[in-house]
Amino acid sequence: MTRPIRHIAAAALLMFAALLINANIVQVGDASSLRANPHNVRVLYSEYSHERGPIVVGGIDIARSVKTHDALKYLRTYPGGPAYAPVTGYYSLVVGASGIEQAEDPILSGSDDRLFFHRLSDEITGRTPQGGSVVLTLNPKAQQAAYQGLKGVKGAVVAMDPSTGAILALATSPSYDPSVLSLHNSRAINRNYQQLLKAPGNPLIDRALTETYPPGSLFKIVTSSAAFGTGRFSPSSTIPTPTQLRLPQTNVFLHNFGGERCGNGSTDTIADAFRISCNTAFAGLGLKIGIHTLAAQAKAFGIGSSVAIPLHAASSQFEAHANRPNTALSAIGQYDDALTPLQAAQIGAAIANHGVEMKPYLVAQVRSTNASVLSTTHPQQLRRAVTASVADQVKSMMELVVRAGTGTAAQIPGITVAGKTGTAQHGLSSQHLAPDAWFVSFAPADNPKVAVAVLVEDGGSLGSDATGGAVAAPIAKSVMCAVLGC
Amino acid sequence: MTDLARPIGSRRHGTEVALIGFGLVLTMFAFTSVSAAYSSKFPSGIVSDGLGFIALAGVAHLAVRKFAPYADPVLLPSAVMLNGLGLVLIHRLDLASASRAKGAGVSAGTAAAPLQLVWTVIGVALFIAVLVVVRDHRRLESLTYTAMAGGLALLVLPALLPASHSTVNGARIWIRFGGFSFQPGEIAKIALEVFFAGYLVRKRDVLALAGRRILGLTLPRGRDLGPVLVAWGASLLILTRESDLGSSLLFFGIFVAMLYVATERRSWLVIGLGLFVVGSLLAYAVIGHVHDRVQIWLHPLDPKTITDQSYQLAQGLFGQATGGIFGTGLGQGRPDLVPFANTDFIASTIAEELGLAGLMAVLVVYLLIVMRGLRAAIGTRDDFGKLLGAGLAFGLALQVFVQVGGVTRLIPLTGLTLPFLSYGGSSLVSNWILLALLLRISDASRRPAPPRPDAPDEAATMAIRL
Repeated sequence: MTRPIRHIAAAALLMFAALLINANIVQVGDASSLRANPHNVRVLYSEYSHERGPIVVGGIDIARSVKTHDALKYLRTYPGGPAYAPVTGYYSLVVGASGIEQAEDPILSGSDDRLFFHRLSDEITGRTPQGGSVVLTLNPKAQQAAYQGLKGVKGAVVAMDPSTGAILALATSPSYDPSVLSLHNSRAINRNYQQLLKAPGNPLIDRALTETYPPGSLFKIVTSSAAFGTGRFSPSSTIPTPTQLRLPQTNVFLHNFGGERCGNGSTDTIADAFRISCNTAFAGLGLKIGIHTLAAQAKAFGIGSSVAIPLHAASSQFEAHANRPNTALSAIGQYDDALTPLQAAQIGAAIANHGVEMKPYLVAQVRSTNASVLSTTHPQQLRRAVTASVADQVKSMMELVVRAGTGTAAQIPGITVAGKTGTAQHGLSSQHLAPDAWFVSFAPADNPKVAVAVLVEDGGSLGSDATGGAVAAPIAKSVMCAVLGC
Repeated sequence: MTDLARPIGSRRHGTEVALIGFGLVLTMFAFTSVSAAYSSKFPSGIVSDGLGFIALAGVAHLAVRKFAPYADPVLLPSAVMLNGLGLVLIHRLDLASASRAKGAGVSAGTAAAPLQLVWTVIGVALFIAVLVVVRDHRRLESLTYTAMAGGLALLVLPALLPASHSTVNGARIWIRFGGFSFQPGEIAKIALEVFFAGYLVRKRDVLALAGRRILGLTLPRGRDLGPVLVAWGASLLILTRESDLGSSLLFFGIFVAMLYVATERRSWLVIGLGLFVVGSLLAYAVIGHVHDRVQIWLHPLDPKTITDQSYQLAQGLFGQATGGIFGTGLGQGRPDLVPFANTDFIASTIAEELGLAGLMAVLVVYLLIVMRGLRAAIGTRDDFGKLLGAGLAFGLALQVFVQVGGVTRLIPLTGLTLPFLSYGGSSLVSNWILLALLLRISDASRRPAPPRPDAPDEAATMAIRL
């Protein structure tokens, strides 16, 4: 019987060899395709089983993970709520991630290489791995002021520190609560997501960064800068201010806002035409300096280039090959001109910062689990938009706008404010549609701490009677006040 | 006869103590590791439960020392290690389901690990009882037909009981009365191995000698086919009546292997394999759930079945893949996502958290038991002991193969348990009894032979038999 027992021993050996080889195939050979299978929820669970790092503003978490007792061990919550939604974005099982949640995911989830040694020590000590935290540049008071100011209207606010580029406020309205998308119940997430997609005003859209709007008279900042940059003009140069201007090569007449005449109806200084936002004057000025000069200045302000703060912003537009009549229109912010509120704020900040445009940024610091700083964002010069002297000339005109022009609503007692209004009709002929109202400003004018751009779609509560000065300027004022403490 | 280097008469108790110690250290380390993964507190149970398990292993060792002093020193430590690891894994899955229940806001089910610990105590007690009562395995030979009656009764009982007393999760392999439930198949397996050994020892001459030679194989006479056909029929009956694919395969495999060992005739292997193929094809064609099992085996990731029929196997494979070579670490993976992770899919739990390395180590421990068992069978002097030892050891190998092979998708999934590791009282207790019998045979094989000057030389009998 020994021989057959040896045979069955050999058979047993073969069976175990088959098991061992097969285990190698499953756990090594096929492992990556099995791990990548969409039905394998382990990957998701492991992502959720780590404590995701918080997003912090002014020492307070505006997004953080709290421990739960279900299979996904942590729930993402948003104490910052709708006011911060365009910044935080959402972190969702079903619809993925957006905003800082997406842009800074490696840090928040803990997979970033800068957290390598923390992961290593977690591995050794058996501590549950944890993500790092992202500290934002936002000023909580300014953010609240911006979000409150936009209550009930569609619009956006971007405020930044002109000397650094640090974003102080970034608000959009209407907004949404990101926590309705970060639930652990995929059916509820889907329902909420569909509701948000259908909601009036499209709350999922970040108007501050991803939408562009015709800038209207706001663009007179660019046109003036281009004109002063040629050296042939200064704020005291006199230019024609006709009641109506025939667009070259056409029989179309351009009127001033509300059909009014500017000043004496014949000539005025550039500064005064800027103060009262005279369309015919600046259309004519645009024709004088030409499309190339205008386009070069627009480019120098960053119009046409995109920027990531690290959220990706849409690039603003200026048509560099416009014909003569359209050159006149684009000089007053119509035709194909379109700016994001972020770009408008960058323009204001460049003027405030003596012509130097700083790179806008949202992330001040990235910290590890134990709050040690992994990296700090250092302000970066993005480009020189205008010379210092041109910037000072434009600034003086903008001060006049707030002191005695279309932007008086932005006056702050004791502080010099510089600003420019914009009231943009959607297209030429639709005089009766409610315009988009803009206001770009900075303060204090002699040592600017904050530059802000406000956009209110469709005139906000004032409808077709809206102007940038009436609708947008008060919001800009409250945001500047929140930063300056007035 | 064989193996002249066999250390006849050596006791090697020190080796056994050292190996048991190693197994216990591994178990305690695993236990601490699981507890640390779930809470930062020092595991409260490690003192009471841990010391209890150590004491149990100590008592088992002392029993072997006293009642089977010459037995192989590797067998008991292997079982202690597997049982200890099983307890830790079951505890680990308890923690997972408790935390899930807490999350869902429902009360957690009964923890399985404490029950398994109680079953371990019972298992070790019966292990010692077998060593004490069965002082010579040859005495079992007189129980041949009693074992047959008992084994068959245990096997058939679930099929005769009303479904409410016999069916759990579709398999009719239980005896359930009130809160008590028992899976008789595992005990029946041992009883039938005793019966096969006794029966084949008596009939082997007939089954081995008569027959005609065709194509190099000596085929048995038609009427001698009776026993193998009966075993085949019984296996198919188990399959159809009790929906127990695993046991069916196991019984038939053990019988054919023992038949081959007893007769040394390859024709029985050929006949056995032929019947197996016919039976398998028949079952695949006729029995719905066998057909399903094969389809799941072939296409476990089919989107049509992955959330339903093949969910368990697919989740198990995902877990194994996630484990990779070194595993996620105890308490760090999600083996609880696999249904029946602590019974059918405990191998998947090992693969996920201890990795390929851990699974291979566990398989090697099983292989160690199997090979040492077969070695004891070769070394023992009586035919009944040889047959029984071979049957017990090969049965264990086949069970591990069918079980782990099913979970790792080498073969279709069946419903067997993994010896010593899977949660379940009947399985654990049966395997401790099985181990006691193997130790008994091993003890006999390594015991110095009493001087028997008049006894015929074994080599002479061998010569005649060949």
